[in-house]
Amino acid sequence: MPLVEMVNVSKSYGTRAVVKHVGLKLEEGMILALMGPNGSGKTTLIKLAALLTRPSEGSIIFDGVNTECGDGKLRQLRRRMSVVFQRPALFDVSVEDNVSVGLSTRGNDEERIRTKVEDVLTRMELTDLRGRRARTLSGGEAQRVSVARALATEPELLLLDEPTASSDPRNASIIERSVVESNANKGTTVLIATHNPHQAKRLATETAFLFEGEIVERQSTGALFESPKDERTAAYVSGRMA
Amino acid sequence: MRGALSGWDVIISGVAKAVQLILSGDPTVLQITFLSIVVSGTATLLGALIGIPLGTVTSLKQFKGKSAVVQVVNTLTGLPPVVVGLVLYLVLSNSGPLGFLRLLYTPQAMMLAQLVMVMPITMSITISSVSAIDPDVREAAMSLGASPLDETLIMLNEARVGLLTSVVVGFGSAISEVGAIMMVGGNLLGYTRVLTGAIVLLTNQGEFAEAIALGIILLSLAFVVNILLTILRSKFAGTSSYTASILVSPAESRSA
Repeated sequence: MPLVEMVNVSKSYGTRAVVKHVGLKLEEGMILALMGPNGSGKTTLIKLAALLTRPSEGSIIFDGVNTECGDGKLRQLRRRMSVVFQRPALFDVSVEDNVSVGLSTRGNDEERIRTKVEDVLTRMELTDLRGRRARTLSGGEAQRVSVARALATEPELLLLDEPTASSDPRNASIIERSVVESNANKGTTVLIATHNPHQAKRLATETAFLFEGEIVERQSTGALFESPKDERTAAYVSGRMA
Repeated sequence: MRGALSGWDVIISGVAKAVQLILSGDPTVLQITFLSIVVSGTATLLGALIGIPLGTVTSLKQFKGKSAVVQVVNTLTGLPPVVVGLVLYLVLSNSGPLGFLRLLYTPQAMMLAQLVMVMPITMSITISSVSAIDPDVREAAMSLGASPLDETLIMLNEARVGLLTSVVVGFGSAISEVGAIMMVGGNLLGYTRVLTGAIVLLTNQGEFAEAIALGIILLSLAFVVNILLTILRSKFAGTSSYTASILVSPAESRSA
């Protein structure tokens, strides 16, 4: 049974359809990259998977549970996943407090929070910044904190929306390493939207290509880049499409 | 020229009188000042207790007619005090719907008048402050599985400087108000006379030196309160003050 299954999912804002009839399955423990040009609907698809927005049509099933349910149930399901947004969206508190929020909302006791925060701060090389106010960090550091906040809860599903778009190579490398480790050690299922083909190749076992709100192709990452079946995918991976 | 000189004389003697009144601890001045603080402080506190939650809910919830509600609240921030005074006078007078409460010409009526003017201010600034928070921050809270209460606390923390500003502006509006409180308070010496009412009365009586003295006290009072709140505001803005129960700070836990 897939961890996430989108069945004929569409999302419209007014008359503008952003995601169109998407069918997507995420098997447990896999890393799927979502590629596509700007405005292709990657962010909306991530938010749909994160249950932060409801589909206009179709249904999303998480671990066998249809997510067309009340807010309380949705909240319970959201607590099994974590999201990293394109912009870090940190709270105006210290790095340490940012990282502990998800653990607090999940009702962990102080001892467990302390242990988990310590562990993730070390893994993300943030121990020196722990007391710093989050809003004073550089873009790359802030995004590392955002990833640390997401990983601290050990989610079953990790959703990343262009997590390294504002990061320098060092910060990007730390983020990528932490995602790979989480997948390998904890079995975290990962859906990552990225513009970076190298990142997709480094991280993802499979890659889906999204174009104008539709998934036009999905293959193993190597095959998608080497022998794309769809003309639009071919144009994108060869750099002929912005 | 003589008029200008005599005007300066009045101001200078007013300042001297103010110093004298403050240093001598004049009981009447102390009582008037104390009542001003109590009336305006209570009105501001109640205005914040009502306006901040209402503003937060208005900002965070999507509902039909929301923009109309925001427009009305923003309009009410400019309520003419004499209109508030007139309406409350009619409502609280013996023949009015709330006449049985016998509140007219009491400090409670003055608090009510100031509350009516302060509440839209705190609510309006709260709406602006909470609405100005990056929507991603709210989505981040939701994505972390925050309950509605947790989410609200996170948003209030993000907007804390704006919330404190609403209190500062509300108090400034209350302490400087005169029209409404005179109409419903009656400006009775020893009972409902506050600094603004006393200044109006002394000016009408030609007692300019005393009026200026009380004006200086009023200004100093507003200044001190503003300084205190500004210090608080900068402290809030510059340090991690998030003590809401949702955020258990490991650093604090360690030191405990």
